[in-house]
Amino acid sequence: MPHRDFLLQCSFLFLMGHLLFTGWNCRECQTFVEKFEGALGKGKGRKLYAYKVMMAKKMIKFNRDFENFKTACIPWERKIKEVESHFGSSVASYFLFLRWMFGLNMVLFGFMFGLVVLPEVLMGLPYGSIPRKVVPRAEQANAMDYSVLLDFGGYCQYSILFYGYYNDARTIGVFKFRLPLSYLLVGVGIFGYSLMVVIRMMARNSNEGGDGGDEGQFTFSFKMFTSWDYLIGNPETADNKFASVTTSFKESIVDEQENQKDENIHLRRFLRVLANFLILCCLGGSGFLIYYVVKQSQDNAKKDQDELTWFQKNEVDVVMSLLGLVCPPLFETIAELEEYHPRVALKWQLGRIFALFLGNLYTFLFALFDEVNEKLEEEKSIKNATMWSLKEYYANYSSYHNTTDVPPLDIAPADVVRGPCWETTVGVEFMKLTVNDIEVTYITILIGDFLRAVIVRFLNYCWCWDLEAGFPSYGEFDISGNVLGLIFNQGMIWMGAFFSPGLVGLNILRLISSMYFQCWAVMATNVPHERVFKASKSNNFYMGLLLLVLFLSLLPVIYIIMTMPPSFDCGPFSGREKMYDVILETLEELPTFIGNIVGYATNPGLILSAVLLMVLAIYYLNVTSKNYENANLELRKKMQMVNDYEHVNKHSQL
Amino acid sequence: MLGHKRFSCNHPSSTFFPLSRLFYRYRDLAPQLVPLDYTGQPDVRLPYELIGSMPELKDNPFRQRIAEVFSEDGEGNMTLDDFLDMFSVLSEMAPRDLKAYYAFKIYDFNNDDFLCKSDLEKTLNKLTRNELTEEEVRMVCDKVIDEADLDNDGRLSLEDFQHMIVRAPDFLSTFHIRI
Repeated sequence: MPHRDFLLQCSFLFLMGHLLFTGWNCRECQTFVEKFEGALGKGKGRKLYAYKVMMAKKMIKFNRDFENFKTACIPWERKIKEVESHFGSSVASYFLFLRWMFGLNMVLFGFMFGLVVLPEVLMGLPYGSIPRKVVPRAEQANAMDYSVLLDFGGYCQYSILFYGYYNDARTIGVFKFRLPLSYLLVGVGIFGYSLMVVIRMMARNSNEGGDGGDEGQFTFSFKMFTSWDYLIGNPETADNKFASVTTSFKESIVDEQENQKDENIHLRRFLRVLANFLILCCLGGSGFLIYYVVKQSQDNAKKDQDELTWFQKNEVDVVMSLLGLVCPPLFETIAELEEYHPRVALKWQLGRIFALFLGNLYTFLFALFDEVNEKLEEEKSIKNATMWSLKEYYANYSSYHNTTDVPPLDIAPADVVRGPCWETTVGVEFMKLTVNDIEVTYITILIGDFLRAVIVRFLNYCWCWDLEAGFPSYGEFDISGNVLGLIFNQGMIWMGAFFSPGLVGLNILRLISSMYFQCWAVMATNVPHERVFKASKSNNFYMGLLLLVLFLSLLPVIYIIMTMPPSFDCGPFSGREKMYDVILETLEELPTFIGNIVGYATNPGLILSAVLLMVLAIYYLNVTSKNYENANLELRKKMQMVNDYEHVNKHSQL
Repeated sequence: MLGHKRFSCNHPSSTFFPLSRLFYRYRDLAPQLVPLDYTGQPDVRLPYELIGSMPELKDNPFRQRIAEVFSEDGEGNMTLDDFLDMFSVLSEMAPRDLKAYYAFKIYDFNNDDFLCKSDLEKTLNKLTRNELTEEEVRMVCDKVIDEADLDNDGRLSLEDFQHMIVRAPDFLSTFHIRI
């Protein structure tokens, strides 16, 4: 481009002038001139040089375009940047976390859909061919009713969405696809993949080091002189940039003020101990309340259902909702005694509400296990009844027709006696819980934020005090509540995906709609926090909680796979003693030497030695990483000393 | 070291004019004032209002200071030379020291060759559109002087500024206009 040649010329001329003043030696001048002579259109090698320069420019342009394309492919980048410039990096960290979860769920959905649902739909038996794939005759009358469908009964229940639909044939279709094995491996593989991704993210975050505030030497100077981007030529972008610069200054000011606070250590320590004691009391109280209410509901379940009031029937739900509404603001008020930096206070709040929500989880699992045990009992009795009636049929037939060659029963699939299929019930419970969760979240946002904003805005014209400045004013975005909601929701998905392949798909829809809805709600109805603070660079706290929830949700599923017997007439493992028997059956089909290898590998002695080796490796790596950290600190100190030395020198020279 | 060395290239005749694109941008601002033939070196100055309304500059909070720094008369009315100088300093290819020198002049609102407290306050208010409270503005300016002032005279000289800006990772990419 012409002006670049001009600039090259001008910088060349400028440098020549510079050289005359500072006196490069002749050698260097000559090599410099020779190097750039080609560009100025004189001397040999002009054509080749020009070609090289043109290719280099094209390469640079191509790289820039490709980078732009890659950045444009990242979804919701502009939305999140807008939220970040107006509300700060801490609120934006929630949306970044949401987007990362969406990516994780997309992969899980790919596994589930591609390896389990699609083969069954394309290569498995169609609806209506076998008993497990048909709505029972008794339920067919209202299988299409809206209320039944909403409860995931009727046609919903007997579809690919749930465990019970899948057939247990060892291989299906032309490609001999092993569906039961695939189902089991995908169920466990979902956990394995999630674990790998979470730990990789944590490791990558820990590289960036630091926890929040940058310890730069020129923080404020850089912010003042290099934060405005002169390339901005669009009024909307400029607005966002102004907002983000202001927010960034406010965040740094908060950090600076924390450093400058004067300390009354004893009073502060006492207040913090007091606050923790109060909160522990609250948590203990709520734990006891939950336990009491669950016990009550168990007793109530044994009584006659008509004698109970509505409250008694829904005790557990009401108490859990009340606790969820009352406790978080209570914790926040008590936490004001502690006077932590907002970033640290957020972490404490997250930890405390997490402890509260664990109680929630406990009641849910408790109720679920009760239901499962009940269904198992029912199944046993149905199994006995079916076997008895089959025996009767054989006995009657052979005695009536005087033969031992009895043809199989010819009953329409819809009329066959069915077991209760506890796995589908569990899947339905998880689905209902997720849908409930979605509804509650959206309604809370609509009422708590949107309605409030509308009322404050319009009632302000005819109210005695200033609604916008005083009570209730506009809401602030609740970071801890939303992050924990997201983490626990993911825990439910992990637990329920094994029993309901459709659950991951539902979650994807939920995450997408959440992103759009919450971005809109934040921009339209919320105001920035009073003390805007920078999110911790590492984001490892959210990841740590997510890892904990991953383990908590892994345990019940593994327990069920290992110990509970699958239903005898539904699902891909029907008829087997335990679910993992599929793996043993597959191993039998493989060549014997593989079976031998697996046999040796599962020897307890070998496994124990492997575990010991891994423990030693962990210890060794831990010690090495500590050593590296120490070495790092030493180097940093040395650099600081050199810097100070230079500083002092310059000062003495001036 | 640099001195006030503004460079102006001799403009060859229009057939070999290598800066045609910039020239046409300049002319498009006021076609009736700018002649096509510059061999006679006419004395044409475009008023600041036209410069400040260019799409590359109109959203920049410092556009007035930029125009003032690069214009001969110091008021923002620019000749073609000034125009070319401005965009060459702000381009990708200009050396870091040159950019630092001109950045210092842009942020020096009272033209006294020092960035004193009032200059910093004006810069900050332009950056945040007066959204920060007075106390916050004061605190930030104190911190900036604290961080960058090496000779302890309570204001930033060119050396202080350059010493700081040379260590900024974002300076070259933000102090850049593409035209």
